[in-house]
Amino acid sequence: MELHILLIFMIFAAIVAIEVKDLLSSVIAVGAVGFALCLAFLVLKAPDLAITQLVVEILCLIILIRATINKDLPLVIEGRWVFNTVSTLGFIAVFLLFSWLALKELPGFGEPIMAVVKKYLQEGVSKTGAVNIVTAVILDFRAYDTLGEATVLFASVIGIMAILRRPGRKKRE
Amino acid sequence: MIDNPKTGMTLIVKTITRLTVGLIMLFGIYIILHGHVSPGGGFAGGVIVALSFVHLMLAFGKDTAIARISKNMASNLESIGAMMFLFIALLGFLGGSFFLNVFAKGSPFDLFSAGTIPLSNIAIGIKVGVGLFAIFLALVVLERSK
Repeated sequence: MELHILLIFMIFAAIVAIEVKDLLSSVIAVGAVGFALCLAFLVLKAPDLAITQLVVEILCLIILIRATINKDLPLVIEGRWVFNTVSTLGFIAVFLLFSWLALKELPGFGEPIMAVVKKYLQEGVSKTGAVNIVTAVILDFRAYDTLGEATVLFASVIGIMAILRRPGRKKRE
Repeated sequence: MIDNPKTGMTLIVKTITRLTVGLIMLFGIYIILHGHVSPGGGFAGGVIVALSFVHLMLAFGKDTAIARISKNMASNLESIGAMMFLFIALLGFLGGSFFLNVFAKGSPFDLFSAGTIPLSNIAIGIKVGVGLFAIFLALVVLERSK
């Protein structure tokens, strides 16, 4: 029940974020979607994800506001709207078709298959000593994935530092 | 510099920031260190630490925050965090394989338990906190240099 209210609120906030004219209001509406998602994680009993979602949402909101507050990007509406509408509808149809094909194969909501997870849940505490099973999975059983994630963040920071550094920008002008 | 009325926001915001920014950073460090016994962990705690520096920069202006952590220092600390995580991964070869939890597990619900997991949390916390702050810093510097 709470989940449905949150989902309807998220859809409503997302539509507001698209339709509103002011860029700052749009960013704040995206923030509202993020906070509703955080509450949805809490309802689904995932406090780890809820904390991460909340703090990342705040940081991203500040960065987005900081980056957009001085320049109002123009919205391009005119042009070949018939072609645009038809291609958008076509892509929506393709997306819905493939998602229908894919979602048919998934197990029902709340009925996990528990093939690998069962082992983690049973032996998590005795094998790693960590009480928080999420941390035990991401830093012990699946630490290799976490190393990949850390590499992605490292590469993005290096890329931003390289593109936005001052001497490089001055030389080009 | 900290009481310069020309940079940053009003006196009310600066006073509240002076009181709260340490507590925010302390909460981030708490979340990083208790990643294996309570919800949270390196990523969430690191973002909270980065938010404390962003808070400082929004209230006091760019220069005060850069005096705490410069862009080069942020970049270096980010690399150090990444190397620490990789080193912990390689430490597993002491026991035979990559990412093996080689240290003693301790008893559950203790702060000093779970072998290498708290160390990995600290490494990821340093990396994420400083890395996200470096991204924010780079975006602000870009805006000023136009």
